[in-house]
Amino acid sequence: MDTFTITADGKEIEGRPGQTVLQVCQDANVSIPTLCHHPALKPYGGCRLCVVEIEGMRGLPAACTTPATAGMVVHTHTDLLHRARRTILELLLANGDHDCLVCNANGSCELQTLVYEHEIEHRPEGEPFTRRPIDDSNAMIRRDLNKCVLCSRCVRACMDHQVNGVIDVAARGSESVIATFNDMPLGDSECVFCGECVQVCPTGALLEKRAQFASQPWALRRVRTTCTYCGVGCQLELNVRGNSVVKVTSSHELPGPNGGSLCVKGRFASDFIGHPDRLTHPLIRQNGKLREATWDEALGHIASKLSEIRSEHGPDSIAFFSSARATNEENYLLNKLARAVVGTNNIDHCARL
Amino acid sequence: MTNSIAELENDADVILITGSNTTQMHPVISSFIKRAVRAGRTKVIVADPRRIDMVELAEIWLRQRGGTDVAWLNGLIHVILAEDLYDHEFVEQRTEGLAELKEAVAPYTPDRVEQISGIPADKLRSAARLYASAKAGSIVYAMGITQHISGTDAVKSLANLAMICGNLGIPGGGVNPLRGQNNVQGACDLGALPNVLPGYQLVTNVEARARFAESWGVTGLPDRPGLTVVEVVHGAVEGSVKALYVMGENPMVSDPDLHHVKKGLRSLDLLVVQDLFLTETAQIADVVLPAACFAEKDGTFTNTERRVQRVRKAVDPPGQARSDGDIICDLATRMGYPMAYDSASDIFDELARLTPQYRGMSYGRLEGEGLQWPCPTSSHPGTKFLHKGVFPRGRGKLHPVEWIPPAEERSRRFPFLLNTGRVLYQYHTGSMTRRSEGPNERYPECRVEMHPADAKRLKIRDGDWVQVTSRRGSLKARAAVGRVTPEGSVFIPFHFAEAAANNLTIAALDPVAKIPSYKVCAVRVAKAQP
Repeated sequence: MDTFTITADGKEIEGRPGQTVLQVCQDANVSIPTLCHHPALKPYGGCRLCVVEIEGMRGLPAACTTPATAGMVVHTHTDLLHRARRTILELLLANGDHDCLVCNANGSCELQTLVYEHEIEHRPEGEPFTRRPIDDSNAMIRRDLNKCVLCSRCVRACMDHQVNGVIDVAARGSESVIATFNDMPLGDSECVFCGECVQVCPTGALLEKRAQFASQPWALRRVRTTCTYCGVGCQLELNVRGNSVVKVTSSHELPGPNGGSLCVKGRFASDFIGHPDRLTHPLIRQNGKLREATWDEALGHIASKLSEIRSEHGPDSIAFFSSARATNEENYLLNKLARAVVGTNNIDHCARL
Repeated sequence: MTNSIAELENDADVILITGSNTTQMHPVISSFIKRAVRAGRTKVIVADPRRIDMVELAEIWLRQRGGTDVAWLNGLIHVILAEDLYDHEFVEQRTEGLAELKEAVAPYTPDRVEQISGIPADKLRSAARLYASAKAGSIVYAMGITQHISGTDAVKSLANLAMICGNLGIPGGGVNPLRGQNNVQGACDLGALPNVLPGYQLVTNVEARARFAESWGVTGLPDRPGLTVVEVVHGAVEGSVKALYVMGENPMVSDPDLHHVKKGLRSLDLLVVQDLFLTETAQIADVVLPAACFAEKDGTFTNTERRVQRVRKAVDPPGQARSDGDIICDLATRMGYPMAYDSASDIFDELARLTPQYRGMSYGRLEGEGLQWPCPTSSHPGTKFLHKGVFPRGRGKLHPVEWIPPAEERSRRFPFLLNTGRVLYQYHTGSMTRRSEGPNERYPECRVEMHPADAKRLKIRDGDWVQVTSRRGSLKARAAVGRVTPEGSVFIPFHFAEAAANNLTIAALDPVAKIPSYKVCAVRVAKAQP
């Protein structure tokens, strides 16, 4: 493919047709601050934090929506740009409830990082903003629009990526707000709770409800694995604190068939993992009732009973139901147990159910 | 799937979705399709008795009566052959049996198909023309096609349709079953089936048995195909099956005709259940073993597009629970067959040696995006779509198939057709999702979906309690009146043990696949007291 060269901060870097100034710079490790931009979503140009100076071009164009062209000379870090970005951040800070001390996103908030990087020391004084009620209408997603920066990532994720179109930017100007149809709470809307909006939200405005107060972001360990529900095989990350799964996330950066998306089950149906109903001991039926037993007793009983039934009635009097929920390795082993150890082909699973 | 998920978004011009409520059962895959439609790249044909969400996106919606799939599929093929819209080159070079297929579909004129299926003749013709016009036409289906006594025939019909239009062996084409369970593909691949060893090697094949026997260090392996799930239950009722070992399944909710299942399981000499919870099946077991869940062990799952991906341990299992693999090794050892592995990776290496499709895979190679089988050598990149250039048997066989009516039809006493399935917020027998607060809040109890016209006739309002009765059993649940389910039918999800849809279903099986007819049986509906 044809490539071309642009100059960014005095450095010659290579771009490809169709790329934006931001993409060309990011590919060459020239950093430009962003907030509304998300690599998995269409460019939006809403937050204006990625403004740059381009020689021969008027004003401060947004790098995320400006196509890169051959010979462009771009400046990404000038005093003018720094002042412009600081002003934008100060305006955002003034117009919302950005109090990191009591925010669950503290430590994983992109606004917080930008404010820090731009050396802003105080929240600017100004008119108090109008507080909106928190949408706590369902057990999965908590929406606190007081922390919203109107980056519209959630709207684009819902509309363009999931193609659910449940939310949009409503009203105009300073009244603008992310809303469902008729501004209903999420629980009463058409939302199907895929949670993609939560995943792309840069602040604490959208939160997995179960994760609130469960762990501070830096205490989480993330383990990549494959979803346990349907056959799509979504790649996800179990966010673990101690021995508990606090929440489930994915990312467009995880290679896999789902491109970073999950559904309501993959993302929000993980309570069962540490559920108090989990079986913790082997059980044996005695006098009609199940009682706790040791592994030795339970497996010893099964082994002798299976051997007894096999010698009395033959191996085909024994059957195994394997599991579409278990791993490949475990299905293979049960097939080996049935065929090589017991001597029967009576093994099946719920493929048909 | 013969093809890959991403091809639905990037390569298919036309997608025929049938028997798959994609947005609810495979929401992530549905997004791939929805994006393609939104971008104007792809047109969708939906064939489904229910007005599922995908109907909104569809260019054409065929609303067939339950249990008539072979008829309307034969009708599509009839139109494509009669109007000479088929791919001559592909059919001549890569298939055999066109004459027989032509003869078989000849009686399925659009008018006759309309009588059988209720699909207007013109709509059938339009759908046939649209599918046949695709450069790459994909067929996406799920249990709505297979869970019938004629399920195998319907899948053969789908394959016929794809083949006559040259839609196999190309990106964006294919016959693509969407698998409903995380590792149903892997369980089938690795020998959890009664007639095949790992890698679909027939138990009746002498050489295959000899290879496995040698590798497993035994003198011989059983050569007669074993029993399927439903046959095991019959065997238990009749007394020929004495012991059943259940690893992570819940037949007391998931299997058809639960009274029969209960009778079978109760007459066993030994019922062992290995599970996460004291499920309905575990409650009647003789021994219950606590197992680790997916987050508590290492391993691999194989997804619906044949992609083998890693499962990684994140937390420790509760109490004394152990992984299924660990338990099996311990039991085998106690039965006089020492079985021990250092890691899941070692087990994988052994199964890869014996399973041709997996031979080139190892844990090292599965980091990243995993590998799609067949992957025969350690340098093979995996296979995005099957049947490029040639079919495993050489030429693709066009199977002539005949439509047969479902095992049970509406009658005066049982005037409704019952269709069963899943809903978005629950999963299978509910042992995991019903213990997850968020999804369970959205859909906490069984609902009987019915059409407003039927509801009005029976004086049932949305939310009223109704009694649904079949020849086998009965359940009580609230009605959900809406326009998704067609008039004369009801839909009941099978997740809820207290109102188990499978009390009603019929254990009539497809003669080849032995799959139960979950999508069609006859019931009556009456208003009930709470």
